[in-house]
Amino acid sequence: MNEVLLACREVGICYGERCLVRALHLEVVAGERWALVGPNGAGKTSLLHVLAGVRPADGGTVELAGGPLSHWSVERLAGLRALVADRWIDPFPTRVLETVIAARYRLRGMPGAARSDGESETVARRCLAAMDCAALAERDVRRLSRGERQRVALAAGLAQDTALLLLDEPISHQDPRHQVQVLRHLAQRGDGTIIAALHDINAAARFATHALLLAGDGNWRAGRSGDVLTQENLSPLFATEIIQIEVGVHRVFVSTGGVLA
Amino acid sequence: MGLPRLRAATAFQILVAGTLLALLLALRFGSVAIDTTALLHALGDLLQGGDEQSLAATLLTLRLPRALAAMAVGGLLALSGGLLQALLRNPLADPYVLGVSGGASCAAMLAIAAGAGAAAIALSAAGGALLALSMLFVLAHRALFARDAALEQGRDSAILLTGVMIASLCAAALSLALSLAPDGKLRTMVFWLLGDLGGIVNAGLAALAVACWLLLLVLALRDAGALNLMLGGELQAYTQGVATAQVRRRLITLTAVATGVAVALAGAVGFVGFVAPHLVRYFVGANQRVVLPAASLLGAILVLLADTIGRTIAAPLQLPVGALTALVGVPVFIWQLQRP
Repeated sequence: MNEVLLACREVGICYGERCLVRALHLEVVAGERWALVGPNGAGKTSLLHVLAGVRPADGGTVELAGGPLSHWSVERLAGLRALVADRWIDPFPTRVLETVIAARYRLRGMPGAARSDGESETVARRCLAAMDCAALAERDVRRLSRGERQRVALAAGLAQDTALLLLDEPISHQDPRHQVQVLRHLAQRGDGTIIAALHDINAAARFATHALLLAGDGNWRAGRSGDVLTQENLSPLFATEIIQIEVGVHRVFVSTGGVLA
Repeated sequence: MGLPRLRAATAFQILVAGTLLALLLALRFGSVAIDTTALLHALGDLLQGGDEQSLAATLLTLRLPRALAAMAVGGLLALSGGLLQALLRNPLADPYVLGVSGGASCAAMLAIAAGAGAAAIALSAAGGALLALSMLFVLAHRALFARDAALEQGRDSAILLTGVMIASLCAAALSLALSLAPDGKLRTMVFWLLGDLGGIVNAGLAALAVACWLLLLVLALRDAGALNLMLGGELQAYTQGVATAQVRRRLITLTAVATGVAVALAGAVGFVGFVAPHLVRYFVGANQRVVLPAASLLGAILVLLADTIGRTIAAPLQLPVGALTALVGVPVFIWQLQRP
């Protein structure tokens, strides 16, 4: 179970002269859960887009499942990784269940397609239930709260049934109960691999096995979350004083409000 | 707008029945009405290849091509409107927004001013549509052909805005053409600009138009599943396995061809492309597999009814179909907006 699912070599992310990430080396082994942590505009979303193959890297290569991203067709990619963004476009009324079933588009026309329609619905309902959205299945996506809409999007990501899940701020709109519930379910997703941009350091520390810190000036640091998510690393990263305290068995990060020069 | 109010199958039954009814009305009424028995008799005779010389048969050979062309025009425009509204995720889009019909109208005006015949006018209209489309492709090439799907922000509006600019340019050219045109040609020009099906008397041409409509509808339906996903943004659709750039290019080309054919047949018939998809979505939801064919059928019904009313209401005068599509469509559309 120690195969490398995703590998970045010398990957850069630049906007004109401004380079957010320089020469990133990353090996993500199947089953690992990575947290992307960094200040606003540090390139977390851009990196997720590069890893998903929707934005070309500015130098370097990304390999997914043993082949460079450019090697895979759009359809094959859809079977390897899902991307759950943190913004949704819902121009027309659509049933929640349909948006989740739509995530299984790549499976259309497969052998036994007539049967797989029913199967897709079963999978979609199961994924909705996992995200505590079972009761929303028949609702119009445009009538949901942001938190509900986000969980529906996560359910669609799950329904795509891929080894790798790329999540952009998956709990940004969730209440405390659902933050825990969503992350706990994702963490229990068998040997599924997850890379998630997270702003909540405590959630990241609880959820992730590994962490990648992006400073936004090209620098980065990657490793096991216990080694990387420390007050010594996080305070300079966010240019604000962050201290670590032990509460029972929990390690909690608290921002003191002190600003670092 | 909410979720579907009608099952798709029910909607199609209503629309097919409506199409047949509208066709019957179109064949029956006009400056002279034929009663239904005589009509069916003449129709049966016509289908068996007979050449009966009754009044009904004569009227039928005049009215059938025009009715078929009206359906094709409405179907094509509604299809274009439905595709554009879905592609640009903008409920205000319609075929005229890309400037395609503007280009067609400009070219047709030039042909009329030059004293060309009906066939030449239609051909120049199609040419003008293609020219406007080429302009759009050149000017909005970044938005249309960009390789990475992630940079979608601003893309829709870039296409839309470029289209609006081309349309404005064409409108200016049209005003110039109208103000400079000799008085004798003005009437033809104005009629053409308002949309006019009076020129269609050729059964072969009408059959060709219907075939073209059905072909384009089938081609569009092949991408309807992909289009459903693209409604949720091209970034998401791409990650879910849709080759978004190819689908967008195919469908925009298809839209331009459909609009070009419709304009070449009937001039600038407005409003149908805008209103038919709206009405249909209100009843059946946003599934493009249903919306596209249903809107296309509704467009066909709308133009057919409008043309029948235009031929009948002030007979022997014939009113331009384009003005009547709006007269029929606007009240229906406003009624729908007022409903909860």
